[in-house]
Amino acid sequence: MIRLEGVSLRYGSGTPAQTEVLHDLTFHVPEGGFRWLMGPSGAGKTSLMRMIYLAVRPTRGRLFIQGTDIVRAERRSLPRLRRRIGVVFQDFRLLPHLTAFDNVALPLRIAGRPEGQIRADVVEMLRWVGLGAKMESQPRQLSGGEQQRVAIARAVIGRPSLLLADEPTGNLDEAQAERLMQLFGELNRLGTTAIVATHNERLVARHPARALRLDAGRLVSDE
Amino acid sequence: MSELGRERLARGPGRAVGGRAPRKAAAAGRLRPAGFDDLGLRRALSDRLLPLLVAAMAFLAALAFAGAIATATLAEHWQQGAAAELTIQVPTPSDPAASGSGTRLQAVLGVLRAEPGVLHASPMSADDLSALLKPWLGPAGSTLALPLPAVISVQLAAGGVVPADLQSRLAAVAPDTDMESADVWAARLSALARSLQACAAVALLLVVAVAVAVVAVATRAGLSARREAIEIVHGLGATDAYISGRFARRAMRLAAAGGAGGAIAALPVLLWLAYLAAPFTQSAGSSGEPPPLVALPLALWLALPALPLSTAAIGYMTAKGTVRAWLRRLP
Repeated sequence: MIRLEGVSLRYGSGTPAQTEVLHDLTFHVPEGGFRWLMGPSGAGKTSLMRMIYLAVRPTRGRLFIQGTDIVRAERRSLPRLRRRIGVVFQDFRLLPHLTAFDNVALPLRIAGRPEGQIRADVVEMLRWVGLGAKMESQPRQLSGGEQQRVAIARAVIGRPSLLLADEPTGNLDEAQAERLMQLFGELNRLGTTAIVATHNERLVARHPARALRLDAGRLVSDE
Repeated sequence: MSELGRERLARGPGRAVGGRAPRKAAAAGRLRPAGFDDLGLRRALSDRLLPLLVAAMAFLAALAFAGAIATATLAEHWQQGAAAELTIQVPTPSDPAASGSGTRLQAVLGVLRAEPGVLHASPMSADDLSALLKPWLGPAGSTLALPLPAVISVQLAAGGVVPADLQSRLAAVAPDTDMESADVWAARLSALARSLQACAAVALLLVVAVAVAVVAVATRAGLSARREAIEIVHGLGATDAYISGRFARRAMRLAAAGGAGGAIAALPVLLWLAYLAAPFTQSAGSSGEPPPLVALPLALWLALPALPLSTAAIGYMTAKGTVRAWLRRLP
């Protein structure tokens, strides 16, 4: 569940007019909901995503993620919440010195899952994204599409209750993109709330769903 | 979606069965594989510079500590010796005593030996005296017809005190007798020893402060080198304790290695210094035989193994604190 009430976000110091990137956003995504997030470059899609995956806190307004009031929450209560959020970054953000296996296993290890339980899950997940043969490869030995698939595997390995993806199909071919959307759809049907930011209108046309549209930091439509 | 994938999603994580056998059977139930370096700290906190600097600090700490112990030991020895000794000069010892019976020397000895606090009083032999004067008078000293005084060396009993009127009682039987107590010297020595110990303590504190600064600087360098990895791991839900713990354990290992290196390097130097200092700390009666090479004070034998433990603690706590403070900038 995501709820924003009059949320604004400002980076750095200065007058609000210069530094505010999101203005007065109000919307609600129910538990298990799916939203496309659309808008031109610089509209604030990534900033909104960052706020929802708790990389920044709102400057004004109220933000609720999975029932937690983020503005008022204590800092030490946030890591537990972050573990329930899976994120696919536009630039993947894999750890370059770790293998594909270790990158995908990372969320489980951070969550303190015993090593004996991790192996089977990670192997199965990497096989599923088609990287069963490249588990011991480091990101630099993988193509862009393969790295993106590792990033996707890492985002969903912990079975998050909230899934965020920023241009997740950017480096994938049509077939892979379709497979990914099916995975997201499947997770969504199983109860995961999902927000997918994209420019890909054809993808949106093939998977019609409610869309949040941003322009210049303002929400212009939610339908 | 494949059947496998569908099945996996429906099952959810942590309940998958029938996967590959664990990489190591022993890994089951364990948290993270040994040596798992998610933050890439093996490169960010170099295993060269930090241990080397910490080793230098540990070496200096060992020397400062040894200095403090040596000063204390020497001061104690000298003080004991000085406080228990008294030197008395009797000019024209062979002249008749003022009391009328025997020579002046005999009279003075009689007074001293009757004194309860005196353990032992004996005049130095003519040979000893001439040996003592040789540096000033040359080998011909003993043959010169100089009117040499008799010198009586007095050993006081343990805790023995010189009575205040001893000087006047000696002068009564042999006027012009001179008494020289070493009390003043003992006081001066102990003041010097205290100052030296304070210096050693200040040096030790400074070394600790520099070691803390070295670890803090290295940790901050590691933080900026691994900023992105830290942000990623933080975003995946790692707590401050998790991230600072990774840094702290790495810094602890490096600092412990440095401390051990410094202690090992200091050992031969300390043994050599102990060997050189041995003649000063041995009691006057013992033979001139050189001491065994393991003759370090017990406190030093305890302090040397404590060095790696102390540097490890400094490394752990400094890195932990530095990283925790830094992490507060993340939401």
